[in-house]
Amino acid sequence: MFEIVLTLALFILTLSILISIYRLFKGPSMPDRVMALDSIGIHLISGVAILSVLFRSHAFLDIILLLGILSFIGTIAFARFIERGVVIERGNDQ
Amino acid sequence: MSMLHWSILLPFIAAFCIPLTGKITRKIHTGWFVLIIPVIIFTYLCTLLPTIKEHATIMESVSWIPSLDISFDAYVDGLGLLFAMLITGIGALVILYSVFYMNKEKENLVNFYVFLLLFMGAMLGVVLSDNLIVLYTFWEFTSLSSFLLIGYWNDRKASRYGAQKSLLITFLGGLSMLGGFIALYVMGDTFSIRELISMAPELIQHPLFYFSMVLVLLGAFTKSAQFPFHIWLPDAMEAPTPVSAYLHSATMVKAGIYLVARLSPIFALSAEWVWIVGLIGIITLFWGSFNAIRQHDLKGILAFSTVSQLGMIMSMLGMGAAALHYTGNGSNVYMAATAAAIFHLINHATFKGSLFMVVGIIDHETGTRDIRKLGGLMTFMPITFTIAAIGSFSMAGLPPFNGFLSKEMFFKSTLTIANADFLSLETWGILFPVIAWVASVFTFVYCMILFFKTFTGKAKLDQLPKKPHEAPIGMLISPIVLVSLVIIWGLFPNMLAETIIEPAVAAIQPVLYAADPYHVHISMWHGLSGELWMTIGVIALGIILYKTYPAWTGIYKWMPKRYTLNSAYNKGLSWADFGSNRLTRGYMNGNIHDYLVYIFGFTFIILLYMMWRLDAFTINTTSVTPIGVYEVILAFILVTASIMILFAKSRLTSIILLGTVGYTVSLLFVLFRAPDLALTQFVIETVSTSLFLLCFYHLPKYKPKEKRMRFKVTNMVIALGVGLTMTLLALTSHSTKLFESISEYYKKVTYTEAGGENMVNVILVDFRGLDTMFEITVLAIAAIGIYTMIKLRLERRGGTE
Repeated sequence: MFEIVLTLALFILTLSILISIYRLFKGPSMPDRVMALDSIGIHLISGVAILSVLFRSHAFLDIILLLGILSFIGTIAFARFIERGVVIERGNDQ
Repeated sequence: MSMLHWSILLPFIAAFCIPLTGKITRKIHTGWFVLIIPVIIFTYLCTLLPTIKEHATIMESVSWIPSLDISFDAYVDGLGLLFAMLITGIGALVILYSVFYMNKEKENLVNFYVFLLLFMGAMLGVVLSDNLIVLYTFWEFTSLSSFLLIGYWNDRKASRYGAQKSLLITFLGGLSMLGGFIALYVMGDTFSIRELISMAPELIQHPLFYFSMVLVLLGAFTKSAQFPFHIWLPDAMEAPTPVSAYLHSATMVKAGIYLVARLSPIFALSAEWVWIVGLIGIITLFWGSFNAIRQHDLKGILAFSTVSQLGMIMSMLGMGAAALHYTGNGSNVYMAATAAAIFHLINHATFKGSLFMVVGIIDHETGTRDIRKLGGLMTFMPITFTIAAIGSFSMAGLPPFNGFLSKEMFFKSTLTIANADFLSLETWGILFPVIAWVASVFTFVYCMILFFKTFTGKAKLDQLPKKPHEAPIGMLISPIVLVSLVIIWGLFPNMLAETIIEPAVAAIQPVLYAADPYHVHISMWHGLSGELWMTIGVIALGIILYKTYPAWTGIYKWMPKRYTLNSAYNKGLSWADFGSNRLTRGYMNGNIHDYLVYIFGFTFIILLYMMWRLDAFTINTTSVTPIGVYEVILAFILVTASIMILFAKSRLTSIILLGTVGYTVSLLFVLFRAPDLALTQFVIETVSTSLFLLCFYHLPKYKPKEKRMRFKVTNMVIALGVGLTMTLLALTSHSTKLFESISEYYKKVTYTEAGGENMVNVILVDFRGLDTMFEITVLAIAAIGIYTMIKLRLERRGGTE
């Protein structure tokens, strides 16, 4: 019973990832796409968590943390890029 | 090392020492020191004469590369000794002549004599070697030193052209000859000529026999300037005259003759040999004599006459080889041709050497070699006139000189061949005497032109750069010695017959000679036979043609310049140049796309072909794990994203899609239970996506510029091909697991041996730590590289601003 619930949850997650991907392709503006990517990242976190419960393993808990950080950094990078055109600005030496 | 080896190596040793003497003694002409060398060797060779006369041979061996069956075997028999004596004897005379010909102050004598000595040693090595590879080594040495000598005046364009031409043609032949030698080695499993000769009857059965025969003949024909490879010889006349006299009349051009004679016992067993050697020789004879008449340069006439005389010797060797195919009694009549070839070889060396020296003297004393400017030199240069008279009459084949005797023997051989009834000679054999006779008429005509146009008639003193006068006596010694030999051997030919010609014939046709000893007897008067009538006809028609010479020279204009062999050679060279240039430009077009097409195209075509050829494709589904629903979904996302990248309109979209692919792959790693990989993949994917974004700003606006259909279709074919190949390859390799994986071992010992629980990490830093170390190095190099690239570029920019 428990496994069926988990599998169902995964299925729903996958579905919403696919919907996000549709937004990724379609997204009329760049921020739409970045938001889609961010939400994919968060869905992935949940997915990995459910998978590690399914596998009965705690080896993947690191990945959840890492994904959280990376998804944040990635979104920030895209956001900076869209806002200013560059990801890392030069110092004041020029 | 025996005396024989030292005498071959002596010129090489001397060539090393000459530069030293040239510097120490500036007052004495370097040639005097060099002269000692051939005289010593010649004297030594004379002491071998009695041995050779008894038909004994001398064999000395020095090991060189025993593991490859290559040893420096010096072998002396009649043929080798004859050539060696010609080389050293004429070599000594030529060096003596060059002492007076080459100016001490104006010329670089050290170079000249070093090249000449290298050539002499190489030539001795060619004729005295019994090992094919050693022979080839010396052979290439002769080509190389000839190249150096032709290009001796390297500031002249014609010299460089002639040197390059001779090098290209003789090296072409030399290389094919090497191929022939290796084929001989494959057949007989030895490089020794004598051992190969002893197994000749078995060799002819071998499938490589004709292959090696053609290759060896190519080498001999290019070296001996046979049709159509004779074109380098007239251009080699840019060399100093002593060189032309020595290399391009008496010695080097006879290396091919030597090779044909030396290998006759092996190859002459085939009927093709008789026909090829005989016919090419007779064609060369005709073509050379026909072309000699149109030359204006004295050396040009002599060059074509050398070509034609070499053809004559070659054809006689071919006719002599017919003796091996004669089944009746008394094959001596055919062996006579071989004896005639040897005799004419000696004669040609004497009269052609003296004629070249005469031309050198004329050039030296009048300043020109153009026959149209010369004339009436008889009164100015009486001694030279006499020498030239004897030399050119001997070449024309007039009695009482030696050229008459060998020409008679030649005619007799052609008549014998025409009457032969084997090797299908009964139908085409008549060609030999007819062509030979016509060629002899032309020979007579150009000899007369050479002699009478130069020495008789009115002197055109106003056209000559210098006032003509007799040459110094030192310059005249060598040609006088040579023409004395012309007369002596003309009057007493039999002094040569037993001492040198018979052993040489025995060396060329050992089996026949052993069965039926052939005694050479040459006499001036041998009855009113067919050949005498032919000679009388030659003289009669020759005189008529010479008298009416201006009337018929128009025939030379019939042949358009475009279709000559020389222009074929030049065109061939420039086409090769142009063609290779075009070819290289065609595929090396600097376009990375095209290079990738070549690389990927070749990869998948070769792999697919090999899989098809070896019938390697297999699918074995026994070890496949069941496919879960998550894998299918992830694979679907992966494929969709990958395909979408191809159709992305903007660069940012493709970067985001690439990130999706990377994250999906990490998710696959999670699914396949590889936490470390998944961790790394997530981080790396993020970093590389950021890097793409970093570069984004600097990249030009994205435009899929290639709209052409061909371009897209090529890309698609290549991409599909590579994808298909790799898929098939992966399936096949998965289906053919030949042995168990090593991973069971790691599972067992990770904790017990290395004290770690994380197997991936233990493998990375413990079991296979070396790989990790170098991957760290790779990262460090990449980091340093990026740092330097950015830094240096900034500094350069700063410098220019």
